[in-house]
Amino acid sequence: MEIAVISGKGGTGKSCISAAFATLSEKIVLADCDVDAANLHIMFNPEKEEEQIYIAGQEAIVDYSLCDNCKKCIDYCRFDAISYLNDKIVISPVLCEGCELCMRVCPTRAIDMKQNDKSRMHSGKFRNGIMVYGRLAPGEENSGKLVNMVREKAKLLSKSHNLKTIIIDGPPGIGCPVISTITGVDKVVIVTEPSISGINDLKRTIELTLKFNPKIYVIINKSNLNNDISNHIEAYCKDIKVEVIEKLPFCSSIVEAMTNCKSIMEWEPKSKIANKINMAFKKITNN
Amino acid sequence: MQIIANPGIKKTMKIAPDKSFKIAIASGKGGTGKTLVATNLFYVLKKNIDNVALVDCDAEAPNVMGFYNNYKFNSDYDITLKAPVIMKEKCNFCGKCKEYCSFNAIFLIHETIQVVYDLCHGCGACFFACKYGAIKEKHLKLGKVSHYSNGKESSIIESRLKIGVLSSVPVIKASINESDKNQICILDSPPGTSCPFIQTIEKADYVVLVAEPTPFGLSDLKQSVETLKTMNKKYGVIINREGIGNFDIYDYLKFENITILMQIPFSKKIASCYSKGDILVDFMPELQNDFLSMFNTIIN
Repeated sequence: MEIAVISGKGGTGKSCISAAFATLSEKIVLADCDVDAANLHIMFNPEKEEEQIYIAGQEAIVDYSLCDNCKKCIDYCRFDAISYLNDKIVISPVLCEGCELCMRVCPTRAIDMKQNDKSRMHSGKFRNGIMVYGRLAPGEENSGKLVNMVREKAKLLSKSHNLKTIIIDGPPGIGCPVISTITGVDKVVIVTEPSISGINDLKRTIELTLKFNPKIYVIINKSNLNNDISNHIEAYCKDIKVEVIEKLPFCSSIVEAMTNCKSIMEWEPKSKIANKINMAFKKITNN
Repeated sequence: MQIIANPGIKKTMKIAPDKSFKIAIASGKGGTGKTLVATNLFYVLKKNIDNVALVDCDAEAPNVMGFYNNYKFNSDYDITLKAPVIMKEKCNFCGKCKEYCSFNAIFLIHETIQVVYDLCHGCGACFFACKYGAIKEKHLKLGKVSHYSNGKESSIIESRLKIGVLSSVPVIKASINESDKNQICILDSPPGTSCPFIQTIEKADYVVLVAEPTPFGLSDLKQSVETLKTMNKKYGVIINREGIGNFDIYDYLKFENITILMQIPFSKKIASCYSKGDILVDFMPELQNDFLSMFNTIIN
């Protein structure tokens, strides 16, 4: 069973809650799909048993010995990635989407493609199972594809090690890496917080998630920071028939735990908040 | 440029008068306080400078307008992608368009041909490939760019991704282009270090990274700094929620010789103020000078 933990807004406590879910009791596979800000390996320090290269797309480069400055590539590029500067053609690696059209239209064959191969996927044992995490190299793209690769690897490991549950820590937002994270998962846990931004992002995240038909659970984290908005979120969820399974109070021991590279379940297993997270997880896995 | 007399802003601004100066507020980790900084910096600057714009580039989770509901809606327009439509009556199923598509967006088996619009980047390669004139293009809606103002020149430009669309990049690009006529622009960046973040900071003259002093915060800050180094950008760091976590971030910043532009203490008062969509400097006026001196550091 794949359980994805996401949140439209960043910093609502997704990773801390995923980490708590990952250290309850049963051994699990943990997939860190927040590939441009992967953090759980810091907390769990997994063994690096396997490393795989991830090709994060490609970019066009010019061979100036062949280029005769006809500028046909500039006319065809729809991403404004090519310009003519100081008497030569310049392709911005940032704006280039790697579509190859410039290469194809170039009459002197002066453009070639270079693969971006600095991103990696790691997997290995950690103290409560197996962990898979992707690390997108700075500035590289196609994070959705890397998310898919991490999920595929997690599924393989879950089969080969007979670990039934896969916990996926997802990225913020509602774009491509999030869509890749929730496509086809069994259950989605949305972590929100009681702020104007939190509720707006929650609405957009639910709307997106509904398109994929998983079972949805909402956790309101730091709920006592604004009780009015927390109540408002509950009423909204009730209206659209999405279950709010737990309200977690703001709790400084979560940050203390993280600072000590522990999940809250490991740091204060008997605390009230640990108990609430435990209850929430039971609800998620039992129905 | 015109600056209203105010001791808070130095008159020796080293900004070319005919060029828009863009400051991106960014962070690798989500929820570190980007929008808090962007909305407050905008608030402080518009008291002092005409013609300042705030651009909400976090098209997946746009939240700036939650803090400025006194601004009035002016106009909006749709951002679209030119995607192919294959006219089957002219198609001879040669497969050249499929071969030219770098994004696997064209599906062809025997005499069945289909475009997978979610994968299409709108590059036009298939259109170029087709020798039978069987491909025409249609506009696919990706999102919206909206303008808001409070009557004066100060304005807010919001990018908003349509739900279910994969890439926010074209919407973000359009929103930033819209702000070119403003002298000072504050770009509230999306989190992370991949395409949406890159598109935002690509246009920035200076990047303010907002980080929190925790192990996760530090790890994501390092990733952002590495990205900015490869892009040759000028940048500095705001430490938000100072007091939580540990001191490792300070050692890192010292080692890398990175300027700390400002520190915002951790307090429930700030969190509660932010949660309601209030502007912080209204409640903590002492922060106003911190924002102004940060701005002076940035532009000089």
